[in-house]
Amino acid sequence: MTDLTRLSLAAARKGLKAKEFSATELTGAYLTAIERANPKLNAYVAVTADAARAAARASDEKLARGESGPLEGVPLGIKDLFGTRGVHTQAASHVLDGFKPEYESTVTSNLFRDGAVMLGKLNMDEFAMGSSNETSYYGPVINPWRGAGSNADLVPGGSSGGSAAAVSAWLCAGATATDTGGSIRQPAAFTGTVGIKPTYGRCSRWGIVAFASSLDQAGPLARTVEDAAILMTSMAGFDPKDSTSVDMAVPDFAAAVERGVKGLTIGVPKEYRMDGMPAEIEKLWQQGLDWLRAEGATVRDISLPHTKYALPAYYIVAPAEASSNLARYDGVKYGLRVAGRDITDMYELSRAAGFGREVKRRVMIGTYVLSAGYYDAYYVRAQKVRTLIKRDFEDVFNAGVDAILTPATPSAAFGVGEQDMNADPVKMYLNDVFTVTVNMAGLPGIAVPAGKDGSGLPLGLQLIGKPFDEESLFAAARIIERSAGIDFSPAVWW
Amino acid sequence: MAVDAATVKKIGRLARIRIEDDEVAKYQAEINVILGFVEQLDEVDVAGVEPMTSVTPMQLRRREDVITDGGYPEKIVANAPLSEDNFFMVPKVVE
Repeated sequence: MTDLTRLSLAAARKGLKAKEFSATELTGAYLTAIERANPKLNAYVAVTADAARAAARASDEKLARGESGPLEGVPLGIKDLFGTRGVHTQAASHVLDGFKPEYESTVTSNLFRDGAVMLGKLNMDEFAMGSSNETSYYGPVINPWRGAGSNADLVPGGSSGGSAAAVSAWLCAGATATDTGGSIRQPAAFTGTVGIKPTYGRCSRWGIVAFASSLDQAGPLARTVEDAAILMTSMAGFDPKDSTSVDMAVPDFAAAVERGVKGLTIGVPKEYRMDGMPAEIEKLWQQGLDWLRAEGATVRDISLPHTKYALPAYYIVAPAEASSNLARYDGVKYGLRVAGRDITDMYELSRAAGFGREVKRRVMIGTYVLSAGYYDAYYVRAQKVRTLIKRDFEDVFNAGVDAILTPATPSAAFGVGEQDMNADPVKMYLNDVFTVTVNMAGLPGIAVPAGKDGSGLPLGLQLIGKPFDEESLFAAARIIERSAGIDFSPAVWW
Repeated sequence: MAVDAATVKKIGRLARIRIEDDEVAKYQAEINVILGFVEQLDEVDVAGVEPMTSVTPMQLRRREDVITDGGYPEKIVANAPLSEDNFFMVPKVVE
């Protein structure tokens, strides 16, 4: 019998419907794979095996009755940022010690409505703050990929590192993730998986632990473009409980996957050609443009003049919003509490013990830039720059560009505990240089694996789209996936 | 702009995060690296530019001002480290 975990989500769904195997068998295969791999990869922070088996049995009954939902019996991993009723939800932080919400996030509710089975909760950078999954209270996630001839552990990217590693290593058929500055797309690029951050407002943020509310969006990580489109269709949708959720019909994204790029105009922003960019990334970018051109797209040079200011503006806006959102962790309502001599003492000690270094630093930066006397100089200025960044994109879209192609990351996956990155926070932040503009403007962006570097590690390209035009992104990403024709399966060492 | 050690302590107070004396120097250095990085925003001409307040051009929806949820205090306090009779318990705050 073929290994069921190796099937794409689309193939698993088909096999379940055709009764070639049961949801119970499929879930069992994934649980076995998790049991074997997780001590090495650390992708899951909680495995809900009993609940998963029960859900799979319920799916089998529905499949038998012919009442199945679009994801009936499909086993998924859920990022620890999503509130899941009665199940470990800690944003990989110590401050939420023992937290089990009494509610279910809208996105996971949508997935369960459609029949999905949850295998467990996935590791991540603490509160989604990080680009390497090294800030997790539960320790780093290890990338299933290794460089040719090397045994060195690599990072899976972050913050959705557990999601990306689990998808890549066949520990779930697909996963939920979130993206505030690149947290879906950068891990996708580092693990040879597909990840899309939809347009701001497409997925409800209700029930997802908030990091930076004007930037956060949920999206899927999957092994193929089609799988990502299937998941996106279930995850998205209007939700009156999120005031920024957009009341718009959700298209069947999977139907757009094979529609091609004939007649589309693809923009190539000159500002994304960074100094010191590795030649193989430059080459991959050109290759991607050639593939799209060969399928009938027109390629046009464009300018997004404020690109270089996106990352510095992000490092004001995101910490500012985070300092406000994370004020709720006070040792009173949930999670960790450290006794103090009075209430302020208790707050200070609980937060000092509960938050990790990266989180503390960002909360402090946010507190500083919002404090009296600095608000206008930092926060208001950054929000003005954000308007300019958004305007850059509006200008090129108004001039007839349908989508923009860029590299997804400035490099392939780097090593766990890399000195350079850990010594200089800005160096780590530069991982998101190509992805963060998209969050600042609220646009959709997809990362698709397109090639490999000199040591055989995956490299990704990013497509940026017009607001609510995820369909063109799926179509164009599919062309890149098909043209590359590479099998992005890591060699199993775990 | 750069922060000094006293400011780091002050930010810690405002953020309600205890910063021990031996931690100040490292936070100070890291915060100053980041503040140095964001300084490049000063080059941008933002005269006449409105700060972004809404990511998508939409008006916030309104709803009727009526109670639509609630009535389950035991769920609200279910995760509290310390509670009694469906109240959160905190150290004494009034003398």
